[in-house]
Formats: sequence, structure tokens, C-alpha cells
Amino acid sequence: MRTVEGKIVVLGGQGVGKTSMVVRYIGKMFSHHISPTIGASFFTCKINIEDSKVKLQVWDTAGQERFRSMAPMYYRNANAALLVFDITEHASFESVKSWVKELKRNVDEPLVLCVVGNKTDLEPQRQVTREEAMQYTESINGTYFETSALNDDGIEDVFLNVAVGLIKMSKNPNLKHSLRVYNSDNAPNPYLDDAGLTRYGLSSIELNEPLGSEAKSPMCC
Amino acid sequence: MSSSAPGGLEGPFKFPNSPEPQSSSSSFVVPYIEEERPESPAKHGLDEKDFEKLVLGSDFVDESNVDEDCNVAQELKKYKYNIFVLSSAGKPVYSRYGNEDKLSTLFGVMQVLVSFIQDSNDVLKSIRCNGCTFTFLSKGPLILVSVAKTQQSDTQLLSQLTYVYNQVISVVTLSRLTKIFEQKCNYDLRRLLSGSERLIDQLLVFMETDYAFLLGAVRVLPLAPTARDDISNIIVSACSKIKNLVFALLIANNQLITLVRMKKYELQPSDLHLLFNLVNSSESFKTAESWTPICLPLFNPSGFLHCHVSYLSEDCQACLMLLTVDHDLFYTLSTAKQKIVETLRRKGSLKDINDALALKPISASELGIYGLRHFMCKSRKHPQFWSSRVDTPYDTPEEVEHLMSLYQNLHQHVHHPTRPLKLCYQQMDSEIMLGHITAEYEFYFTFEPLVTKSDAISAAGRLPSVWLKDDEEKKKFIFTDPTF
Repeated sequence: MRTVEGKIVVLGGQGVGKTSMVVRYIGKMFSHHISPTIGASFFTCKINIEDSKVKLQVWDTAGQERFRSMAPMYYRNANAALLVFDITEHASFESVKSWVKELKRNVDEPLVLCVVGNKTDLEPQRQVTREEAMQYTESINGTYFETSALNDDGIEDVFLNVAVGLIKMSKNPNLKHSLRVYNSDNAPNPYLDDAGLTRYGLSSIELNEPLGSEAKSPMCC
Repeated sequence: MSSSAPGGLEGPFKFPNSPEPQSSSSSFVVPYIEEERPESPAKHGLDEKDFEKLVLGSDFVDESNVDEDCNVAQELKKYKYNIFVLSSAGKPVYSRYGNEDKLSTLFGVMQVLVSFIQDSNDVLKSIRCNGCTFTFLSKGPLILVSVAKTQQSDTQLLSQLTYVYNQVISVVTLSRLTKIFEQKCNYDLRRLLSGSERLIDQLLVFMETDYAFLLGAVRVLPLAPTARDDISNIIVSACSKIKNLVFALLIANNQLITLVRMKKYELQPSDLHLLFNLVNSSESFKTAESWTPICLPLFNPSGFLHCHVSYLSEDCQACLMLLTVDHDLFYTLSTAKQKIVETLRRKGSLKDINDALALKPISASELGIYGLRHFMCKSRKHPQFWSSRVDTPYDTPEEVEHLMSLYQNLHQHVHHPTRPLKLCYQQMDSEIMLGHITAEYEFYFTFEPLVTKSDAISAAGRLPSVWLKDDEEKKKFIFTDPTF
């Protein structure tokens, strides 16, 4: 079976529900008492679509400002980005825009972009309209989704869309991407073997000068 | 009043008879206001009532905010132990209870007190009034203040403030903290700390309930020495080839299973406590592997270590932490972790850990020593300790707190800075406390109140041979020191 392996990074302001979304999708559960992520958490999951298998390495990052300077570590070499905001908080939508700017500036490879408005269960408190979010997402060539991690609404679609996006990317001969594509019958668990390490490890700072410097510059007040 | 606290300086606040700073620096050593000497506060230009008013903000705020601020401050009075952190410019950073914004006047007062004493080239250490101790710690750009209605010694109160300071450093690093405040002295540090307040909250609870902080030691999960060696060896062999891995530790339920370190480096107990606290306060580690930056202030206050945190498996809730200086090492450590878990499982170590976790510590009454209610034992060579199960009559939160205060009191007498004791016997209202320092261990006992002095002392002398017989000693303490 044709297997595509990609790295996906989840970005967004604090408290918008990034971890809740990922845990809902991968762990099939929801907790009201999730503690803020410190640094980042790493998950893996597999999705089968038609004749392909997609393996996702999900980096769920922390939303707090103090971790902002570490983000390049996670979005470097990413093939897809989930940009999550809270529909009841306009500031978190603005923060998505600034993430997109940062990605555009620092990531040269093609990225599957997904903008996700979370917390649709709080519809009455909505501050970001669907139209506004759609319009913005179109302008950056992404796909827009609305979800509720609480009610498990729409989250499946987000990850499915990412998987489909990655398959398309892998089949496009004109795109130079870092996806790992192989026939899964003869390559067991490759992300952990030595070849995988050099490929997916975060060791390509020197290749990506702006990222290295980016890691130091922001964050001061 | 505006929310910027230093503005309060121009308010009605004045020290009525403030001494001339230049002439009085020697007489103004520390405004040490003792309960027994009610005249002393007035001597320093601050009478006790005024002081209380100031600290409660009631005499100090704009009419518009009087009610609200007053209520908030009054609310705080009911707590036994409170901690505030502020920047040296008086900006609120953290308050254990209440909303910092609502307490800006209070923070203003604290800042004024500290800087007023500083102006005369002196340091404000503590103020005592009405059975309440205000302890101050001014470190770098931060001021930490605790308000305690407990019987703890100055050293203990100061050590708790230092822990809170270290916790802040562990989140932001000292170099970043210093830099930020150099660039912008009225920076609102809460922006950087957001999401980490719970680490401080949890640390304070941890300090109030766990003897580890009082003793400056860590609790060890009792394991047969061979079982523990197996675990250490498995970790060493999986990690020995990984460059830049500094520490690997396995902890479960607040107890250390093993710690492997790079030869050159050691991990101090207070840094270990911060790691324990991190694991305790972060449920999210249970769901996935995490890659977490953490600064260990005693190891290196100016940089982050990157920590691979993961629980061993669904069926073994021990938490493995792999600490490195290399931020590119995640996947390597992730592989190493899988290898460690596989080998642990194959060799039956996961079962050993689970069995040890299921075993409750023995109760003092099971030792057959007449009148012994509770005891703990700290190794003097290794910063490790063991304590018996807390049993009746200490089975309510109030009683547990009472027991803690008894030990705090005993500990402060045994470790008196100028007159340390080898043996300390205290007849209290409802128990007898006994501290006994041997060449290798420190023992702390709680006896029934009616046990005679000679019985208590002879029991204390006999206990080590009963309790540490055979291999028990090697089970309860880690004497080996595995390195990569």
C-alpha cells in the first residue's frame, strides 16, 4: 500500500482548544480539565484513504506567549499546519493571521493550511463570523472548518482534509516537498529508524537560516 | 487610583515619623516588629494599627475603589498562608488568592516597604505583628512576599519564598527575566507566566503537605536493590550512546525510582522538587509524549533544558523524564523511550514498579513500638527520606496540617542555625515530638502524649535496628549512583 508520511503542526493562541481537538481526534475523548500544554506534545495517527495510507506526526504546540520563540522548532519541515482559533474570541483569530504571516515568511516548502474555528458549542458568544473567517482563509489558499471539540463536531473532517491534502501534494510532480512516500509493505515504522531521524529530525537549522535566527528574535516584551 | 501600583506613592501614604534615612541606617536594621513589644513598631514610625490598615489597603485607596479593594483585601485575611510576587516596580505578578489586579494597592504597599528600607541601604527581611509574619525576599527584578499565620521559622518561610522564585525562574529563566526588566522595568510578567500560575499554586500545596520540602530530600519508591539496578541499567544501556543527555529520571506517584546522570553533573533536591511539581501539575503529560523546556535554577539558571516527558505505558503509570541540552533530540529520545519500555516489560520491571506502587508504606503502629504514631527518616548522605503512613489520629486535613506544623517546629529546633541538636525532646499539648540525629540518618518521631521521656528515647534508639533490618535499608534508599 502506498504510504505517505507527513508532519503536521497545530498552532494558535492559548486556550483555543488545540490540545482538546487533537485529544478528541486521537484519544477519542474530551476532558474539561486539560492543563495548558508546556512546550509541545507529540502524537501519531494513521488514516486510510482509498488506496493510500497517511501517517501523521502531529505536533500540538503550546499557545502561551512564552513558547512563541520555540515554534520554529515545530513548524520547520512541517507539511501541514492547523491554525486554530476560538470563535468566541476575536483576538485569537488575529493571532491566527500572525501565525500565517510567520509561516509564509519562514517556511519555503508547500504547506497544507487549515484554519479551524473551534468552540461552535458556544455559538451565542460568537465574535468571529463564518464569512469573515472563510474570506480570510480563501485569501491564504487554505480550507476553513468549524469544530466543537466538546461535541466532537467536525474534527474528523479537519484531519481527513489534511490527509487528502498531503496525498495530493505527494502526487504532484511539480511540488518539491519533504513528505516521505513509500510502499508500506517493505518499510516498517520508518519515522523512528535512522534514516527517518535525519530526514524528520529537527537538524536542518543550517539549511534554513532565517529560522535559526527567528528562534532568538521575537518574544522580547 | 490607577492600576499602576507605584502611582500609590503620591497618594495619602506617608510614614508619619519616618526617620531620616541618612542618619538612621544603623538603628533601622530590620523593622522587626515583635508581638511582645508593641512599642517597637511605633519606634519605626509605623504603629501597628496603621500598619494593618496599610496592608489591608483600607486607609490607602481612592474613594471610588474603597469598597471593592477593601473587600478583596479583607477576603485575604482569612487565609493562613499567602504568597505575593511582584516586580520591583510594584507590578503584580502573582497572588495565591484573589485577583492580582484587584490588589494593586496592596502590591504598592509591599513595594514601598521594600524600597523604603532599600533607600537606607538596608534589606527588609520580615515584619511580625498580630501573630502574623510578613517575609520579604527581593531577588533580581522580583519581590516575593509571604504572609503567614503559622509557627514556621524565618528560615523555613524564606526557603518557601525561594522555592516560588525558583519556580518562576524555571518557567522563564533568569537571563530572560533580567533582560526583560532591563529593557522595560514596568513589564507585566503575567504575560509570560500565563498558564504557569498553576505550577506555583500546586507547588504551594505541595510544600504544605509533603515533608520533602521541609527535609530538603526526595521520597524514594521502595524497591529491592536488584530490581532497581535492573531499571537503572536498562535506562543506561538505552541512553548511553545519546550525546548531550544530561539526566534521566523515572518517578511514580511523587517518588523517585531511579536517577541516572551524566558524570559531571548533579541534580540538587530543590531542582528535583520542581521536576516532581511539573509532573504533578500537568495532567496533559499523560496523553502524549511531550517536549518541554524547563530551566533548573540550581543546575543552570540561565538556560532551558529540553525534557522528553512520557508515561511508561497505560498499565504502568511511572513517568520517564529525559533531560537534554539539545533541542533536536526529540526523535532520538522518543526511540530510546520505546526501547526502555520494551526492555522493562520483558524483564518484568514494569511489574516490579506496579507492585511497589500498590504497596502502601507501613504504619508506625505496625512496628510494635509502644506509643509511636508516626515517624520519618532522612539519609544524611543522600538527600532522600522515607516516612510512615499517616494514620489516625491524623486523618483529617486539619490534623495533617497540625502534624506538619509539629514537624516544622521540631525541625527548626534540631537544625537551629547557631545551636544544632543531636537529640530534641518536645512535650507538646497532644503529642511528644522527638528528633534524633545519628551518623547516617535523621529521625523524627511523633509519640502519644503520655509516653515517658525515657521510653520515647529508648524506642528512638531501638527503631533503626527494627525498621532497617536486613535489606530494608537498601530498599528504602538509593545508595547507587548510576551514570551514563
